[in-house]
Amino acid sequence: MALIDLANPTRFLALAERLLPWLAGVTLLAFAVGLHLTYGAPDDYQQGATVKIMFIHVPSAWLGMFGWALMSVAALGTLVWRHPLADVAGKATAPIGASFTFICLVTGSLWGRPMWGTYWVWDARLTSVLVLFLMYLGVIALWRTVEDPSRAARAAAILTLVGAINLPIIKFSVDWWNTLHQPASVVRLGGPAVHASLLVPLLAMAVAFTLLFFTLHLAAMRNDILRRRVRTLMLLKAQIAPGSSA
Amino acid sequence: MNLGPHAAFIWWAYGVALAVVLGLIAWIALDYRVLRRQVGELEGERITRRSVQAPRQST
Repeated sequence: MALIDLANPTRFLALAERLLPWLAGVTLLAFAVGLHLTYGAPDDYQQGATVKIMFIHVPSAWLGMFGWALMSVAALGTLVWRHPLADVAGKATAPIGASFTFICLVTGSLWGRPMWGTYWVWDARLTSVLVLFLMYLGVIALWRTVEDPSRAARAAAILTLVGAINLPIIKFSVDWWNTLHQPASVVRLGGPAVHASLLVPLLAMAVAFTLLFFTLHLAAMRNDILRRRVRTLMLLKAQIAPGSSA
Repeated sequence: MNLGPHAAFIWWAYGVALAVVLGLIAWIALDYRVLRRQVGELEGERITRRSVQAPRQST
């Protein structure tokens, strides 16, 4: 099957049905490995056992940002090629990205209280991630407000591309401004600053979270294709109903 | 497992993450069941694009 064939919603639906059980299985396995490594990870010499929060906080943060990047690529597909599958991909990402960003904010707050002495500060990193979460809610609200899916897709795509400016702000906020948040310690020039005993469980959990993201995304895309099918069939039903002008 | 003096923060962090992920999975699964049933019902009524085309007049 050529890659272009997947752009056909019906073929995509068939492929999603076949792939989902396998993806779900691999995700469960990855979480089993990740949680096992997390359980065995040593305490940090400064932070003690609270470093275990890092294993869910950091992957959630990465995926919160990755979700918006994915939506931005889908937005280009919507605006440039006007492809319905790009609309579906963008719409399906928003609630998943919002959920991971929410997990990032809550776990960061719960990590901050014992380490910084406060749940929240209005510094650049925390505030820019909160803005990302609010933008996700805005995109979800937009999709729910505009009834026509193609019009909603175009409006959401524009908002998504404008909001993409926040991604480099989040990434470099710890370099550009003074903040309580620590600077990048995994993805940085010069290699990771985290000891291997903590880095390996972190990467294992990142793989598990990423697989979960793709599993949920595929399932949500499948749902949205079905939702469009229901909408089309309902419109057709309304046209052939007795008393309609069709 | 000894999580030290801040164990409650660690448990809450993992608990919230689990609740959000399970909520997301449940929402997507329930949504799928509802949509699948709706598609099944509508397709059972044999509604197709052809069924709404106006009949052509023969000349």
